Amino acid sequence: MYEKDGEKYFVVDSHMHYWQAGPETWVPGAEKYAKGWIECFHAYQGLAPAETHWPIEKFMSYTEDDLMKDVFEDGYVDVAVFQPTYLTEWYKDGFNTTERNAALGEKHPGRFIANTRWDPREGEDGLKKLAENVERYGSKGVKLYTAEWREGSRGWKLTDPGAYKYLDACRELGIVNIHVHKGPTIWPLDKDAFDVSDVDHAATDFPELNFIVEHVGLPRIEDFCFMATQEPNVYAGLSVVIGGLMHARPKFFAKVMGELLFWVGEDKMTFGSDYGIWEPKWQIEGFVDWDYPSDEFSDYPRVTTATKKKILGLNAAKLYGIDVPSECQLPAEAGTPAARDDSVGVSSESPAATLA
Amino acid sequence: MTSLVGSRTLLDALGEVRDPELDEPITTLGFVASVSLSSDGNAAVHLRLPTYFCAPNFAYLMVADAYDVVSTVEGVRRTEVVLDDHFAADAINEGVAARAGFVASFQGEAVDELDPLRRDFLRKAVLAGTDLVCRPLVDAGASPAALAAMTLGEVPDSPAVDRLRRRRAELGLPAGDRAPLLVDPASGAAVGDAAVPLHLRRARLTRTSLDANTGICRGMLRHRYGVEDDS
Repeated sequence: MYEKDGEKYFVVDSHMHYWQAGPETWVPGAEKYAKGWIECFHAYQGLAPAETHWPIEKFMSYTEDDLMKDVFEDGYVDVAVFQPTYLTEWYKDGFNTTERNAALGEKHPGRFIANTRWDPREGEDGLKKLAENVERYGSKGVKLYTAEWREGSRGWKLTDPGAYKYLDACRELGIVNIHVHKGPTIWPLDKDAFDVSDVDHAATDFPELNFIVEHVGLPRIEDFCFMATQEPNVYAGLSVVIGGLMHARPKFFAKVMGELLFWVGEDKMTFGSDYGIWEPKWQIEGFVDWDYPSDEFSDYPRVTTATKKKILGLNAAKLYGIDVPSECQLPAEAGTPAARDDSVGVSSESPAATLA
Repeated sequence: MTSLVGSRTLLDALGEVRDPELDEPITTLGFVASVSLSSDGNAAVHLRLPTYFCAPNFAYLMVADAYDVVSTVEGVRRTEVVLDDHFAADAINEGVAARAGFVASFQGEAVDELDPLRRDFLRKAVLAGTDLVCRPLVDAGASPAALAAMTLGEVPDSPAVDRLRRRRAELGLPAGDRAPLLVDPASGAAVGDAAVPLHLRRARLTRTSLDANTGICRGMLRHRYGVEDDS
């Protein structure tokens, strides 16, 4: 919990990691990709305040103690959601797996939610593994990375027939939250790999699932916003928005937040630190203090304490069924976090209402 | 004619090459790592990108475009453009040098050339450019109806208007003095009064997205290569 000026903020870090990426973990023959990946992540950390930068050695191999201190002790987080990324073609034991996350989670009861993942290219074996993971770790969410390389394939789309089998399986297994992360490659390579229209189709066809688009579809924020306006079960995952822009590009951060609040709305935006890329402490402190910097932003929706409480924790708590202490809940008049029926897509005043 | 062309001339030529995704010259983005031109006409250009995993299709377009503009500089007899530090650098560099096209450069991994992709992003550039041109007009009190009735020729001259006209012309959209200021970037049809507010919202959103992406790319490049960030 974070407390400022008498207000108490329940914090759910809905997108964070516990990876291992030192040279000893690199798959022989794929070292350049493993190295390129972690160096790329490390460059993102360069967008944070300088005093929070880590040397690459620590960045590759931060420890359980680092994580517990940065996220919970110093970082105000109440509950953190592990989002796995496997990349087993590059990292021997996987970059950041369900098993590794869950093992840490089991040592700290109540602190973590262990999401799992799937990849439609793994067919029947993958479906079986998904069911096992749900049974063993109680996963209610999955993280999907569409740009993952596998046996010569450079990625996939949610609309691939194989992916719909997995979405069906999610429905049957009680998985409700689908976190989608787009990357730079896909099949075929001539298409825009960051395009989010496949999420649009899947969200329409699976209305009982929530689709949290991580990094708000960056670098396709505009396509993401058009889609989110029309799909009541699509959410904006703010990882990278706060971490990558709030400090490094404050003016663009204000504009992006304004656009998201207008198109997506404060009930459908969730905070994620993207730890270990960025520590949560500075992000949470900075976001609670944040407001638009000038009158130039006067036609964007206002940002209130309730807005920040929803984004920092209450919306994700609702998505994951996390109990929120009464002292951190909103007064009734502030609206319902993550409510589907008042999403902008179905309001007569929403931008979608004017889309032909 | 003189043969006194130098790397300055090459840089000027490279200033015509844009990152198709960010709609900005690769020279101002810092993507040109080095240029050289030998006395016997060998031009060598090295390009660099913000990350090892930048999207290979856009990377290919920039390398291919750089090759094309450098090749046409007077005095250049042989052109070499090399993308450094990228996962697909070999496929891209060899494919561009062989004038092979994208599909042949990525055997089995691509089904089409990149013209449709480039056009998709030009449409985004037109939308973003529309915001740049219209924002001052809106701030000065122009109504939706007034903007819907306005032609490009009626907008005060500015670099932003010139740029918008060039992007529209590239797409084959009307770009002359009598063309409407506001057009649908897909069809070229004029935007009617009632649709103006949403059109402008979309334009602003698209510009915001482009600006934010550019900001992140600059920050990443700066971290990766220790270059000055002049934005």
